[in-house]
Amino acid sequence: MNEDWALYEVFIRSRSGLEHKHVGSLHAADARMAIEHARDTYTRRLEGVSIWVVRSSEIVASDPEEAEALFEPARDKIYRHPTFYAIPDEVKNL
Amino acid sequence: MLGFGMYTQALDSAGAAEPQGDVDEVARLERFQARIDRDEKIEPKDWMPADYRQALIRQIAQHAHSEVVGMLPEGNWISRAPSLRRKVVLIAKVQDEGGHGMYLYSAAETLGVSRAALIEQLLAGRAKYSSIFNYPTLTWADIGAIGWLVDGAAIMNQIPLCRCSYGPYARAMVRICKEESFHQRQGYELMLTLARGSAAQRAMAQEALNRWWWPSLMMFGPSDAHSVHTAQSMRWKIKRFSNDELRQKFIDVTVPQAQYLGLTVPDPELRWDEPAQHYRAGPIDWSEFQAVLEGGGPCNRERLAARREAHEAGRWVREAAVAYAEKHGAHAEPARSG
Repeated sequence: MNEDWALYEVFIRSRSGLEHKHVGSLHAADARMAIEHARDTYTRRLEGVSIWVVRSSEIVASDPEEAEALFEPARDKIYRHPTFYAIPDEVKNL
Repeated sequence: MLGFGMYTQALDSAGAAEPQGDVDEVARLERFQARIDRDEKIEPKDWMPADYRQALIRQIAQHAHSEVVGMLPEGNWISRAPSLRRKVVLIAKVQDEGGHGMYLYSAAETLGVSRAALIEQLLAGRAKYSSIFNYPTLTWADIGAIGWLVDGAAIMNQIPLCRCSYGPYARAMVRICKEESFHQRQGYELMLTLARGSAAQRAMAQEALNRWWWPSLMMFGPSDAHSVHTAQSMRWKIKRFSNDELRQKFIDVTVPQAQYLGLTVPDPELRWDEPAQHYRAGPIDWSEFQAVLEGGGPCNRERLAARREAHEAGRWVREAAVAYAEKHGAHAEPARSG
C-alpha cells in the first residue's frame, strides 16, 4: 500500500481586502504541489485570488476539553461591550 | 491558534480520549446527545461515541468512493461528445466529481482514517459505492439522463446533509451542493435539446429515461422498513429525512420535468394522488438493487478494473513526485503571498 503524502491545510483569500480563510485540506508531495492541487480542488470557480498552504502537522490547536478554562473567563466581563454603558439619548454621536 | 474548526487528521488523533469506566461513558453519551439535540456541530477534536465515528466514516467514505467511481461512466463519453461546448462542459463536470471525492476523503480523514486505507479498500473491492455507477452509459443521451436524474437524486440526498451534525462533512456538502446544481441543469438542458430534436434523438432520450429511471429511484436506498441505519443516523442528525421521504420528494419534482420533455416515465402504475398531492410510483424491484449491490451489476467488474488500472498507471507519477520533493526538499516554498 502507498503511504499518503503529507497533509496540508488550505487557506484561500477570496478577494483582495479579505483575510485568508480555511477551506479544507489535501495531500501533496511538496509545498508547490500543494498550491497546485489547492488551485484545482478549491478554486475551480474563481473562489480565490491567493492561496496559503501549511502542513497540518505544523498547526497547534487548543483542546476542546479546555474550552471552558480558556473562554469562560470572558463570559462575565460584560463591561467590555459598549452596550454595558447607559448614555442619555440626548448625547449624540458617542 | 485557538478555536479552529479544522479538517485535519493530524489534529484528530489526540482528540477523542477513551472514556474511563461506565459512569463516565454514560455521562459523556448524554452530554454528546444533548449537544446534537441543541443543533451544535461536532468537530474533529471533540469527544464522540465510537459508533458515531464509525457511522460517519462508513457513510462519508462510501460517498467519496461514489464520486470517484462516478467519473467513469461519464468519462466514457468525453472523447465522443457531439460538440466542443458539450465536451468542455462534460470535462468540467467530471473534474468536479473528482473534486467532490477529494473534499469527502478529507472530511473522512478528520475522523482518523487515512486516505490510503480508504483507497485501498475501494481497489480491493471491499468498499461500497453507489450502485448507480455500475450501469453502463450506452448512448449520448445517458449523459443527459445522468445529470438530470442521478445528479438530481444526489442533490435531494445531499441538501439535508449540509446541516449534518458533523462539521467537516456538513462543510464539504455545502461546497458540493453548490456545484451539483450545474451538473443537474446541464443534464436537463441536454435532454431538452434531444427531446426537441429529430425523431431518432427523441427516441434516444426516451430510451435513456427508460434505463435510468428505476436505478435513480433506488439511489435513495432501501425502503424505510428495511433500512438498517436510518433510525440511529436520524438521532445523531447525520441524516435528516428517511429514504422514502426523499424518494417521494424526488418523484414529485421529476415527473413534471419528464412531462415537460414530452417523455414517458417507464412506470405503468405511476399516478397522481390528488388528495395527498403526490405522484405515486409502482413497486420497486429490490431484487435488482440487491444483485447490483452484491456485484452482479452490468459494470461492477469493469469499474473496479478501471480504477485499479488508473491507480497502477499513475504509480510512476506519484513516485517521481516524491523523488523530486526529496531532491529539492519538501519545504522549498514557493513565493509566499501575504
